[in-house]
Amino acid sequence: MPLTGKQTTTQKNNSQQLNTFPGDPKMSQQILDHVESNSLKTEIDKFEIGDTVDVHNRILEGNKERTQVFNGVVIARSGAGSREMFTVRRIVSGEGVERKFPVHSPKIAKIVVKRSGVTRRAKLYYLRDRIGKAVRLRERRTDVASK
Amino acid sequence: MAAEDQKDETPESQSESDVPAAIAASEPVEMERKGLLGRKIGMTQIFDDDGTVVPVTVIEAGPCTVLLSRSAGRDGYDAIQVGYRDKPRRLASRSVRGQVVKLESKRAKKRSHAGIEMVAKADCEPQRFVREFRGETKAQVGQKITVAVFEGCDAVDVIGVSKGRGTAGVMKRHGFSGQRATHGVKKVHRHQGGTGMCQSPGRLFKGKKMAGRFGNERSTMRNLRLVDIDNDQNLLVVRGAVPGPNGGYVVVRQTNKVKRSGGVGTPTSKKKGAK
Repeated sequence: MPLTGKQTTTQKNNSQQLNTFPGDPKMSQQILDHVESNSLKTEIDKFEIGDTVDVHNRILEGNKERTQVFNGVVIARSGAGSREMFTVRRIVSGEGVERKFPVHSPKIAKIVVKRSGVTRRAKLYYLRDRIGKAVRLRERRTDVASK
Repeated sequence: MAAEDQKDETPESQSESDVPAAIAASEPVEMERKGLLGRKIGMTQIFDDDGTVVPVTVIEAGPCTVLLSRSAGRDGYDAIQVGYRDKPRRLASRSVRGQVVKLESKRAKKRSHAGIEMVAKADCEPQRFVREFRGETKAQVGQKITVAVFEGCDAVDVIGVSKGRGTAGVMKRHGFSGQRATHGVKKVHRHQGGTGMCQSPGRLFKGKKMAGRFGNERSTMRNLRLVDIDNDQNLLVVRGAVPGPNGGYVVVRQTNKVKRSGGVGTPTSKKKGAK
């Protein structure tokens, strides 16, 4: 399988390419991307920071597989490639609960956006300090319609 | 001596060096204990077949050229000397260049006049990283070894030079617990405790663990699971960490640990090497 991007197999076999000095960061990143490519999902359900989502999580109990749904607000998305993660926060019986999922995990069956919220930042950590009604985000209606 | 045989091989290896792709596609070299040289690319994570995250290190290994074949008869032990990564000729000293090609010299002339055959050379570019692998092989000088040698291999040992930490304290260097934060401890929170006894023996024992230079030394990680082999890109993907910085040279060899059978760390992913 050829590397994605500018790098191609023919270039790789070229002895000129092999002469790049060890630890050439550009080349190394391309190789890492190539290794990760097998682990990436081709299609990820689209969701944004501030969205209230249902994360359908596959759980293996013995030989039986069932789906568990975790509902909450996406407050952060971090990392890149196969290391990309997103954090979902919800309030369970008055206690804040956060779960972090790998975006490309095969264990995640689907992510369903229930409601979109208006946000002005990429990390909604300020929600951790809020209680009760203050946790709510203003709904972003136009985006809901387009989805 | 097999010097004549090896000499016959030389023109063949020359023609092969023009088409590196053809060598890479050749069948794996038989080695008593499989080994290869490479460099650490970096760490990432991939998903196992059952969706478990596996932390992996990517190593670009080979193709390595066999530079020299050692035999018990001549050298006292069986081994092959292999090189990894071409080095520009302008940076290579004459002795390094002489490692890979036959150089003209007074001594060589004298010896050829005396009818002594020169040792076969690989006829390749000077190599940056050269190491020997012990054990009998059928590898010929000039032959290329690729990651394909590890086909069917479950786990490997990876040898590298660890990152240098400079002068480090006992907590970092030896994993000491340090001292308490309170209860009268004065400015020695990261110090060791006592280092010895009283008047008897009245001295420190040799080898007492203390602060000092840490890292930048040869380090071996044993029994790392071989998660994936990428023949096209010359990549080995091993589970876990590998000593040294990204881009650092490493020696990868088949592990001599007893094969795993169940329990913690059992290989769970299918080998994707033959794709």
